[in-house]
Amino acid sequence: MSATASPLVEVRDLVKHFPIKQGVIFQRQIGAVKAVDGVSFDVLDGETLGIVGETGCGKSTTARLLVRLLDPTSGSIVFEGVDIAKASGASLKELHRKVQIIFQDPYSSLNPRKTVGSIISDPYIIHGMYTGEGERKKQVQELMDRVGLNPEHYNRYPHEFSGGQRQRIGVARAIALEPQLLIADEPVSALDVSIQAQVLNLLRNLQREMGLTLVFIAHDLSVVRHMCDRVAVMYLGKVVELAPSDELYSFPRHPYTGALMSAVPVPDPAGSKRERQLLSGDVPSPANPPSACRFHTRCPKAQEICSTDDPPLESKGAAGLTACHFPLTLDEVRLRLPAALTAAAAEDPRYSSSSSSSSSSASSSST
Amino acid sequence: MSANGGPLLEVSDLHVEFPTEDGVVHAVDGISYAVQRGQTLCIVGESGSGKTVSSLTTLGLTQTQGAQVSGSITFEGRDLLKLSTNEMRSIRGGPISMIFQDPLSSLHPFYKVGAQLIEAIQAHQKVSKGAARDRAVELLALVKIPDPQRRVDQYPHEFSGGMRQRVMIAMALSNDPKLLIADEPTTALDVTVQAQIMSLLAELQQRLGMAIILITHDLGVVAEIADIIAVMYAGRIVEHAPAEQIFGAPQHPYTWGLLKSIPRLDTPRGEELVPISGRPPSLIRRPGGCFFHPRCPYARESHTRIDPKREPVPGDPGHEVACLLEPDLRARIWKRLVAGESPDVLRRELAAASTAPLVTTEPAPGTPGAEP
Repeated sequence: MSATASPLVEVRDLVKHFPIKQGVIFQRQIGAVKAVDGVSFDVLDGETLGIVGETGCGKSTTARLLVRLLDPTSGSIVFEGVDIAKASGASLKELHRKVQIIFQDPYSSLNPRKTVGSIISDPYIIHGMYTGEGERKKQVQELMDRVGLNPEHYNRYPHEFSGGQRQRIGVARAIALEPQLLIADEPVSALDVSIQAQVLNLLRNLQREMGLTLVFIAHDLSVVRHMCDRVAVMYLGKVVELAPSDELYSFPRHPYTGALMSAVPVPDPAGSKRERQLLSGDVPSPANPPSACRFHTRCPKAQEICSTDDPPLESKGAAGLTACHFPLTLDEVRLRLPAALTAAAAEDPRYSSSSSSSSSSASSSST
Repeated sequence: MSANGGPLLEVSDLHVEFPTEDGVVHAVDGISYAVQRGQTLCIVGESGSGKTVSSLTTLGLTQTQGAQVSGSITFEGRDLLKLSTNEMRSIRGGPISMIFQDPLSSLHPFYKVGAQLIEAIQAHQKVSKGAARDRAVELLALVKIPDPQRRVDQYPHEFSGGMRQRVMIAMALSNDPKLLIADEPTTALDVTVQAQIMSLLAELQQRLGMAIILITHDLGVVAEIADIIAVMYAGRIVEHAPAEQIFGAPQHPYTWGLLKSIPRLDTPRGEELVPISGRPPSLIRRPGGCFFHPRCPYARESHTRIDPKREPVPGDPGHEVACLLEPDLRARIWKRLVAGESPDVLRRELAAASTAPLVTTEPAPGTPGAEP
C-alpha cells in the first residue's frame, strides 16, 4: 500500500437493519437488529483491508453488502463511480464481474450436485465468456492449476475434496472473472491449522500476480495482521478503529482493540507473562445496542460522557482513526500486549509525542 | 507427583479401532501418557488425529459405537477398560468429568439449566432436590455467572455462548472431579470470551486442585496453561514434553510445521508462513514407516519402512519424540528454521550432504497434482 493510492471503493454511512417481526398473518415490525449501523471507510486500490471483530459485530453483513448480496437500508458504496447500493440490471451484472466473494464454509458454499468443472465455469456462462465448450474447459483447467488443484479432477464432485481443496475451488470460482475487488469472508476459519497457511499463501500470491484489491474479514487477529495493510476494527455494527496494520498492532488506541489483542493467546510460555486485560461479559445484543459509545458497558476506561456522547472516528495523532473519548496511552498498551509488538511503537517519535499529550489529558480525566 | 505415589491417570498402549465398510479406521494407535494429580496435560493435534477419541475412550464413550479397544487406562489403580457399564457410570461425571466443544448441543434445550445441574448432582450424590438446587446455585456462582439465583431457572437459549460454556463447566464440577477433560472448550467462542474461560479454568484448577486434560488444536491456548504437552498425529503421540520444551526446543518436524504455519502476534509482520504440504493421511490406509513421512521435508528413503519409536531426547529430561532423524541434525534444523530459513532450502542441503536419498514428498501447494 502506498499513501498515494486512490480509493477503489468508498463506503459512506452504510446501514443495514434487519427487521424483527411479530404476528402470523399481519406482521408488524417490532424492532430491528442493527447489524451494520453507519459504517464509512475506503478501500484503496491494490491494498488488503482487514475487518476484524467478534461474532455479531457486522463484519459478514458488511461483506455481503459490498457484493450486494444484501440490500443496504441506507448509505452508499461507490465503486468506480457507480453506487453498488443502488445498481440494478446491467450495471449490477457488470459490478458482479468486478467484485467477487469467497465464503467462510467451503462445505456449504459449493453445490454438492455439480462437478467442480461446472462450478468454476458458471461465472463464464453467466457473463457469456469462453462460449465454446472446449475453450471454456481449457480455461477452467488453467484456473484449477493456478489455485493448486489437479486439472484432471475437472469432473469430480465437491465431496471428493478435502476442506482446504474445497476452499481452493471457492477461490478459483471467485477469480475466474479476474475481478478487481475480492472479498474474503473468514476464508480460513473452517480449516485445520496446517491447511490454513496454504490458503493464506495462495491468496497472497494471487493478489500479487493479479493486482487484486482484497477485503479480508476474519476474527483471528494474528491472521489479519499477517495479511492486511490496513485494518478496521468493528464492534456492534460500527467501526471503532481504522489504522495501518503496523500502527494498529504496535499501538492500538481504542480500548476494545487493546482488549482484543490482549486476549489473543501467544504460543510462547515465557512471553505470555503480561497483564491480560479481560473484558467482562459478552457482546450486547445488536437489536438493542448501548447508547452513544457502544463499548461503554464493557470498557475499562468508560466515563459519564461515553454513555451520552458518541465519539466520532477521528485521528488521535497518528495515521489511524479511532472513535474514543479516552484512547489508550502507550503505558497502558505496554502492560497488556506482548513486548515484541509494542517495541516498535516505543521507539517511534510520532507516538511518544502523541501519547504524552493524550496520556496527560486521559490521566487528568480518569483519576 | 503426588504424595500417594503413582499418577492419577495412566494410559498405556491404547489402541482404538473402528471397523467400517471401507476398512478398519485406526483412530488411536498405541498411545501412552500419564497425568499426575493437579497437573495439566494438553493434547494437541489436527482434526482426525485421534485426540478426541482417546479421551472419549477414557470415559467409556467409544465402546458403545463398536470400537475395538485394547491397552489399559488406569485411574487411581483401577483399569477403566475392565469396569462394568454400571461401574463406569459412577466414574463418568463423578471423579472424571468432561466438557465439550459445542456448549449449545451439549445442553438439553427443553430443560432449565438448574434442572440439568440438579440431575447431574443427584446422579452421583444422595441429596434432596432442595440441597441439590442450592448446590447448583453455588456452582453457577463458582463459574462466575452473575445473578445465579435467577439464572438457575432459565433455559439454555437464554444464555450466550460463553455463559453456556460456564454452565457446562459448572456441571462438570458438580461432583468434585479429580480429573476434568476439556475437549476444545473454547473453539466455538470469540477471543475475548476464550480468554475469560481459560482464566476461569486456571483459577478453578488452583482452587479445587483437579487435574486437567485439555484437548485443542491451538498451540497458543496451550502455552498459557499446560504443564505437559502431547502432540498427536494420525493416532499416535509423536512428541511428548514439558510445555517450555515444546516451544523452546521442539523435536518433531510436525511440531515445527505447527509452530511455523500459524501467524503470531509476537513475531515480525510480513514473516512468511511455512505451510505443511499435503494433508493428514487416511486412518484406514496409512502410509508405511513414519506416518508423517509423506509430508515431511526431511524424510529419507528408509523412513518409509522403519516405524519410529517414542524415545527420550538425549540431554533433555522428560522430552520424548518419535522421529528417525538424528538428534543433533534435528537441533540444527530447528535452529535454522527459527532463523527464518525455508524448509525447501534445508531439504536441498540435506539431500546434497547425505548419501541416503530423500523421499519425494507430496508436491507443495500451488503445484498441480497435490490431490489424493
